[in-house]
Amino acid sequence: MTMTGAQVLIKALEFEGVDVVFGVPGGAILPAYDPIHDSPIRHVLARHEQGAGHMAQGYAWATGRVGVCIATSGPGATNLVTPLADCLMDSVPMVAITGQVATTAIGNDAFQEAYTTGITMAATKHNYLVTDVADIANTVHEAFHIAATGRPGPVLIDVPKDVLNAEVEWADPVSLEMPGYKPTTDPHPRRLKEAVRRIEAAERPVLYVGGGIIKAEAAEALTAFAEVSNVPVVTTLMGRGAIPDSHPLTLGMSGMHGTYTATTAIQKSDLLIAVGVRFDDRVTGDPEYFAPGAEVIHADIDPAEIGKVRAAEIPIVGDARKVLEGFLAAWDDRGTPDRTDWIETIRRWQRDKPLAYDQTPDGPIKPQYVIEEIHRLTKGDAILVAGVGQHQMWASQFWKFEEPRRWLNSGGLGTMGFAVPAAVGAKAGMPDELVFAVDGDGCFQMTFQELITASVENIPVKIAVFNNGVHGMVRQWQRLFYDERFSGSELGTSDIDYVKLAEAMGCAGLRAATADEVAPAIEKALAVDDRPVVIEFVVDPDEMVWPMVPAGGSNDIVLTGPEDL
Amino acid sequence: MKESTLSVLVEDKAGVLARVSSLLARRGFNIHSLAVGPTSEPHLSRMTIVVEAPELEQVKKQLNKLVNVVKITELDQVQTVEQEVMLIRVASGGGKRTEILELAQIFDATPVDVSPSSIMFSITGPPRKVNDFLDLVRPHGIVELVKSGRVALARDAKNRRAKAV
Ligand SMILES: Cc1ncc(C[n+]2csc(CCOP(=O)(O)OP(=O)(O)O)c2C)c(N)n1
Ligand SMILES: [Mg+2]
Repeated sequence: MTMTGAQVLIKALEFEGVDVVFGVPGGAILPAYDPIHDSPIRHVLARHEQGAGHMAQGYAWATGRVGVCIATSGPGATNLVTPLADCLMDSVPMVAITGQVATTAIGNDAFQEAYTTGITMAATKHNYLVTDVADIANTVHEAFHIAATGRPGPVLIDVPKDVLNAEVEWADPVSLEMPGYKPTTDPHPRRLKEAVRRIEAAERPVLYVGGGIIKAEAAEALTAFAEVSNVPVVTTLMGRGAIPDSHPLTLGMSGMHGTYTATTAIQKSDLLIAVGVRFDDRVTGDPEYFAPGAEVIHADIDPAEIGKVRAAEIPIVGDARKVLEGFLAAWDDRGTPDRTDWIETIRRWQRDKPLAYDQTPDGPIKPQYVIEEIHRLTKGDAILVAGVGQHQMWASQFWKFEEPRRWLNSGGLGTMGFAVPAAVGAKAGMPDELVFAVDGDGCFQMTFQELITASVENIPVKIAVFNNGVHGMVRQWQRLFYDERFSGSELGTSDIDYVKLAEAMGCAGLRAATADEVAPAIEKALAVDDRPVVIEFVVDPDEMVWPMVPAGGSNDIVLTGPEDL
Repeated sequence: MKESTLSVLVEDKAGVLARVSSLLARRGFNIHSLAVGPTSEPHLSRMTIVVEAPELEQVKKQLNKLVNVVKITELDQVQTVEQEVMLIRVASGGGKRTEILELAQIFDATPVDVSPSSIMFSITGPPRKVNDFLDLVRPHGIVELVKSGRVALARDAKNRRAKAV
């Protein structure tokens, strides 16, 4: 049957099993919007392409499937750059489709022309400019394959308008030969054996795991291996939920705002078993002082991560789940090593330096208290989304993560404004789950317009806005390192009426200004199920995120509170 | 910093040169020269890249992540044939013409354009030879020059073994 390129494009998305796309139409992409009208694919109309991108990203994180966003040429495409870069940093599988001016106009500064493939070259895992209508279906197929396999990431397909309008016969996409793309997923058996031997013999081993565990669906294998080898587990920010927080071997997050115990356990370890992590600077501090006494086993799907920051004594290229299952198989009948001394030392740190905050009944609301109350009242049964800033760190510290894919945030790029659209995308993908976002007031003011999308499209998310009136994280650094000169970090919006703002966007609006109002506000929010809800929590602007390792410092020096300064 | 030569087989797709050079720039690797051209396979091109990078492993691994990069070979100086072409116009006024032409003969440099005041030579060979010629004619005055960038291929594996014995 003869179809237009646009029809082929949408049919190719259906062929890949896409059920929802997030986008904003415009001139160059208009042909593709016409067949969307008849397609079973749901189109969620974002209010800004950045929102569409983060929605696709949130969808991908929560569901484990490839998220899809659509934008027009020029400004539509440039608005997608931030979510693309975000997905690249955090290895999130996303396919972005952008319209382009007609092939005959490319290069002439045509209306709404931007060099999209050039602009996004360093913000995607791969990108395409499709110049022949006959290539559309296969390109979509290839893009989904690249996005989802190996180290997942964003792929962009730029389609000129005349290619969308051209006609072609539909043919089911075939798997194309990609001679340059063959990710290694199977770890080398000899390396696994060698690794296991060292793990058994180590005195102070630590499993240091991250987002790779979540992407590879390796959480069960991780917990099983940690148990049989009796090795404590430290997670990165992206790896929260890789092992249940209730598990006795879990030490929480390490690094700049990690727990004292997690950071210190790595520093004192003699063997780091790093799986699905990339030794990010927020984790390592100054790499020269990072885990100075440890040998390193580093397993990752991306060979370029191994040895990039820290040399590995045992490098293992492979899928995290296959690596951990390989460890388990190689462990065989070794029995569980006695590591009483090491575990006792860790327990002492946990007792001496727990995460702490002080909520007084009459004092200002402590943000940590809000997070604990949301956790208590939802029984932790929610997908938690965060923005970027202090509130993000408190969320990762004070929420108890029990499962993978239930913690969404922008880790590598640190994109303010992530939370609202990512929550909308997650809820669109997982409509039966409670999706709760914890957002800073600064972040919220970057993308809250996507709550209009949420109410128009009936995607009832819950957004807790932490109104501290400031860019809290910036202010924290200014307090510590810039002599309390709060330049450019006061929002001036402490008195903004978030309840009215919420209602104006078709959401329910709630407010808690004192500690005793926190729980009732959350309960009320949980009772609403026909609209998105915004709850404003007026929180203490002077609260600081502890512990802290100052940027570029040694992880041997963990500041656990102002008394350590 | 150490120079290394990489022979990179890439798919002959639009934008692949931009991908390679942008990646090297983004990761902070310095490109000394880059030559690209077709191979005997219709869909493949070969890039010969001379890079300055403290961490060559990283360069190779990062390049390998590009979907259009098919194969990377690191060429070591000994086991590799490296060639470069240079076109160079040397000032030849003031009765220096004979002297310059004699020099050129030693180096197998071919005069390709002659005017009353200058001669253009074409010289091909290993970078060392090309540079030596350049150094020797420099005192006469270089009007203009262009180099092709290095192209290189590994020697035959069998010969390599024979040499090692
Ligand atoms: C798009 C973007 N711009 C700037 C920053 C730098 N930045 C990091 S945290 C932060 C403040 C966040 O403020 P808010 O959302 O109110 O969160 P809080 O720290 O107060 O909890 C800023 C400006 C960023 N991460 N992202
Ligand atoms: Mg704030």
